Amino acid sequence: MKKFNKLLNRLGIARIIIILFFIALCILAVVIKLPISMLLSETIMRTGMYGILVLAMVPGIISGTGLNFGIPIGIICGLVGGLYSIEFNLNGFTGFFTAVAISIPLAAAIGYGYGLLINKVKGSEMMVGTYMGFSAVSLMCIGWLLIPFNSPAIKWPIGKGVRVTISLSERYAKVLNNFMNFKIGEVEIPTGLILFLFINCLFMWIFLRSKSGVTMKAAGDNPKFAEASGINVDKCRLRGIILSTVLGAVGIIVYAQSYGFYQLYQSPMMMGFPAVASILIGGASTNDAKISHVLVGTFLFQGLLVMALPITNEIVKEGDLSEIVRIIVSNGIILYALTKAGGGEECE
Amino acid sequence: MSKTKISVNKKSEMAAKINKILFDNMVTILFIVLCIIEIILSGQSAYFILNELVARIARNSFLVLSLIIPVIAGMGLNFGIVIGAMAAQAAIIAVAHWQIKGILGFLLCILLSTPLAILLGYITGKLLNKTKGQEMIASMIFGFFANGIYQLIFLLLIGTIIPMKDPVIVLSSGVGIKNTIDLSGSIKYSLDNLIKLPLSITLAIICFGFMVYYLWKYIKKREKKNLFVSLLFIIAGGCFAVIYNYEFMLNKINVPIATMLLILALCFFNNFICSTKLGQNFKAVGQNMHIAGVSGINVDKVRVNAIIISTVLAAWGQLIFLQNIGTLNTYGSHEQVGMFAIASLLIGGATVTNADNKQAIIGTILFHTMFIVSPMAGKNLFGNAQIGEYFRVFVVYGVIGVSLGLHAWKNQYEKNKLMKQ
Repeated sequence: MKKFNKLLNRLGIARIIIILFFIALCILAVVIKLPISMLLSETIMRTGMYGILVLAMVPGIISGTGLNFGIPIGIICGLVGGLYSIEFNLNGFTGFFTAVAISIPLAAAIGYGYGLLINKVKGSEMMVGTYMGFSAVSLMCIGWLLIPFNSPAIKWPIGKGVRVTISLSERYAKVLNNFMNFKIGEVEIPTGLILFLFINCLFMWIFLRSKSGVTMKAAGDNPKFAEASGINVDKCRLRGIILSTVLGAVGIIVYAQSYGFYQLYQSPMMMGFPAVASILIGGASTNDAKISHVLVGTFLFQGLLVMALPITNEIVKEGDLSEIVRIIVSNGIILYALTKAGGGEECE
Repeated sequence: MSKTKISVNKKSEMAAKINKILFDNMVTILFIVLCIIEIILSGQSAYFILNELVARIARNSFLVLSLIIPVIAGMGLNFGIVIGAMAAQAAIIAVAHWQIKGILGFLLCILLSTPLAILLGYITGKLLNKTKGQEMIASMIFGFFANGIYQLIFLLLIGTIIPMKDPVIVLSSGVGIKNTIDLSGSIKYSLDNLIKLPLSITLAIICFGFMVYYLWKYIKKREKKNLFVSLLFIIAGGCFAVIYNYEFMLNKINVPIATMLLILALCFFNNFICSTKLGQNFKAVGQNMHIAGVSGINVDKVRVNAIIISTVLAAWGQLIFLQNIGTLNTYGSHEQVGMFAIASLLIGGATVTNADNKQAIIGTILFHTMFIVSPMAGKNLFGNAQIGEYFRVFVVYGVIGVSLGLHAWKNQYEKNKLMKQ
């Protein structure tokens, strides 16, 4: 019983509700005879699709800058890289990896600037980050209209600017998904996608155990103590933010190749929230995160969303419960994490 | 010789003073310049801009003013006014369903939305007490969360759990409220159309009001300056009164007097509350929660009260907003309310810890001037109206981001200085 209580405490009320809801949906799905195998393959696919964006939260949290709501900044870098790969008329894996290769240095440079800013606003990183992300997205809206691209796949046929959505179906849509994919019974496993996520997770795991990663963790856990023992806290935080931004850039390219489109203009604005929510559902808090939190959280959150849609369609014919579930669950868990972070004490 | 020295001293003093004014109001001055440039670029007529501006001031000021009390109480910018707006919309949906017209409908909306807003404000306040130091992000996320609940209620529960039969408002399937509700059968213009006067007459009345005020001040204090100012106002007022008798665009612009009076009343209310005991508690808590707590103020309760007041005012503000717009966008009208109101307040020169009525009104005027002229200015400058529109969106987010950043930066700087000492 004691053990059980301990587990309950560790999970917290919000996570318990979400898990119960998840279980309830699973049971409902079985009861109304939805094709479980299809739901499962969809969930696995979406886990791979969102995974790296969620992974991007880890270095931010570890380095002590909290939940990186500024991830849209990284996403924009990824989109720029992606558009240039199309501009060079590349296809398949070449196209995909060129996009990644272009976006990484870009994201590192911009992440450096963003990190400098974040170091100036200790204590309000999340709020400032959110609005820096929003501003970057809306500034880039003007950017998309003005950056000169020549490829007809990117440009509007008439007028100025870049299309709102850019299809990848003739270039590198689903290259990762279809790489060595196979079926277990009816369940489809997108091997390449999952492999890519695992490789990234592995790199992150190794990094966190390297010297650089350990100092970063120390700086995040207790900045004053770390400073006293000779660690340059600001530098560690900067490193965390840069890494997070870079992963955001790679994450959106992975997302886009699976989704089949690059979405520009306003669409990156709200993309940070599901990523933040996923890692929190997985068990992370505003100052502690693990790789396992990423995988578990993404799977749970995406599973919820995947199941909510067909189930509501069975029960009520109109309305999209999936969207509502997304809003309530993601913001509910973020709120929960915030109350735990503040803990009712004064933040001085 | 000495005389020139004094004058030089005076001059440098003046320069320092001007420098200080410029520095303190940097944001506002920047936006004034930006607005002037954009007005010139847009090439739109003064009539169009003024007409739009008057309508928008009447529509939005109340919401912006509802933000002031939480700032005084040290809770930062209350992104949770969105929740008040949702309470207002719930009331509007009910009144639109019952089809109660005119001012009666409007009053009923106020009656219905107030208890709801008090309840929601109480919950918000309780939550913000648990997230001290992160109030702004918590209130923002809570706004998003409440939006989810709002959608759940009005999209799924109406017609399934909550019985409601109304082919005008409910979707054809019988479940969920329609995307847009036309309010012309209920509260559209119910407040605006109560009293309407041309702008020229309104300005004349305002001028005469100021004249009386300064004259009264002169009688009390016997300062020549006041007499002079009141004389200026009587001339200006006279001019406006004369204009009324001729064909001029100022006569074609109608001012919703009742709405403006409500806004004025809220300004007085904000000032009044600061002089009461409650207001003193707000200030004490805002300055230093710890000291306020030690000196016997129930900090948590004071903070909850601040948020309740703000939420109720925001609900009324949203009612004023929607009776002017005339159509309720059920799932969209409330979403941007918080953002726009906060951006307006900040443009007026307010900060996270300091805001007053004047800043709110000036900010609203500047923000909406920019909103009106940006698309045309963008079109004339870049040949693309879209750029102007994106620019104004960028300004909304940018001004909030920069001002939050500057505030946090200043805090950290002062903390470091303190630690070094």
